[in-house]
Amino acid sequence: MSTIGVLALQGAVDEHIRMIEKSGANAIAVKRVSQLEEISGLIIPGGESTAVRRLIDKYHFFEPLQAFAQSEKPVFGTCAGLILMGRDHLRLIDMEVERNAFGRQRESFEVKLRVKGVTEEVEAVFIRAPLVRAVGTSVDVLSNYNDETVAVREGNFLACSFHPELTDDLSMHRLFVEMVENACTV
Amino acid sequence: MDKFVGTDRVKQGMAQMQKGGVIMDVVNAEQAKIAEEAGAVAVMALERVPSDIRAAGGVARMADPRITEEVVNAVSIPVMAKARIGHIVEARVLEAMGVDYIDESEVLTPADEVFHLNKREFTVPFVCGARDLGEASRRIGEGASMIRTKGEPGTGNIVEAVRHMRKMQAQIKQIANMSTDEIMTEAKNIGAPYELLLDIKEKGHLPVVNFAAGGIATPSDAALMMQLGADGVFVGSGIFKSDHPEKFARAIVEATTHFTDYKLIAELSKDLGTAMKGLEISTLAPADRMQERGW
Repeated sequence: MSTIGVLALQGAVDEHIRMIEKSGANAIAVKRVSQLEEISGLIIPGGESTAVRRLIDKYHFFEPLQAFAQSEKPVFGTCAGLILMGRDHLRLIDMEVERNAFGRQRESFEVKLRVKGVTEEVEAVFIRAPLVRAVGTSVDVLSNYNDETVAVREGNFLACSFHPELTDDLSMHRLFVEMVENACTV
Repeated sequence: MDKFVGTDRVKQGMAQMQKGGVIMDVVNAEQAKIAEEAGAVAVMALERVPSDIRAAGGVARMADPRITEEVVNAVSIPVMAKARIGHIVEARVLEAMGVDYIDESEVLTPADEVFHLNKREFTVPFVCGARDLGEASRRIGEGASMIRTKGEPGTGNIVEAVRHMRKMQAQIKQIANMSTDEIMTEAKNIGAPYELLLDIKEKGHLPVVNFAAGGIATPSDAALMMQLGADGVFVGSGIFKSDHPEKFARAIVEATTHFTDYKLIAELSKDLGTAMKGLEISTLAPADRMQERGW
């Protein structure tokens, strides 16, 4: 069974750990750079992207995270995690992201969405969520909401604007666990 | 594709995104920017921090909307604001202004001495203070999406927040260990909704995020509350009443993330200057104890 880490600097860490375990993989909370060696995939959870970015820099996670990704190990970002994977931060996915693109908390919502590669509609909770405004040619758009891009994949990197970890819908996590297992066997 | 706003998942989920973080009290745009820069996950916009509310006396109300608006425009992180207990209109005004979270707070003078707000009717989520599981459960029953300990606000004294967090955690463990046929009587005894206690028994924790608040004045205080089971911390007067707010704010954020790394906390705590002076709880007259407000 593969072990997937959840970056545990701030945000909804336990929620992702629960979802990974239910999806058939081991999960650990990653608080230190050295722990990246113990995992074959990483989730960057939802939280406050400004706070998480500050802690990434403070604890010298930036380059190790990029190196982790360059070693072809899969990374999955939700909400703040998507922001951090974009062009302005870790540059794992070639995408331009707009923060708080739907407005303030009172505009936050949930909806069911079609996601490419998932049979059933996915339960998507959007909380002060970002949107993907532009993507490079190698990026695969997995889901749209009102003609806006809310889930993308580029190679081993997956990201969505919404929070599958706040639901009991395991489809996005299963997709990611599968990506990790495939990457391990190559 | 029907979309739903203001659902429990959307309201409680907002608080879940704040976990492991620090929410800081600010009274203007400049402080809000310092807080954001230091890594706060949200700011609480106020007219006065609790220690100044204490010093000023009189009736404490919702902040001047001008201040709240200024803070909302200054930062990209979520903005919280306080409404008086039971003050439906103050809460609606804050919601209309686009505040991301409302604190129905004992720090302000209560508007209603019997009833709290029916928080389920609002699209905006609420946080409420609690001293024990009964109080927390009543607030969750009314629709609070996040709980925090009351502590004793504006004192810089951690003792009450510790008491409240320990009590709540002990009661949650008791509930988890009770057999189901004991739950109804416990619900009666502590004044908690029965179904909610059943849910807590099954989960082993509150169904919403539980932060610490009321008296946190140092990085070690923040780390202590995390060790006692808090999901994150509110720091009120502690930061901007200290000698070096910027340094203080950063140190508290890092101590909250790495709350068992004592070497790091030692480093963080060096040369922070004087923390807020603080108050001994026994010197407070009963009428000055904000934690007694709330029913």
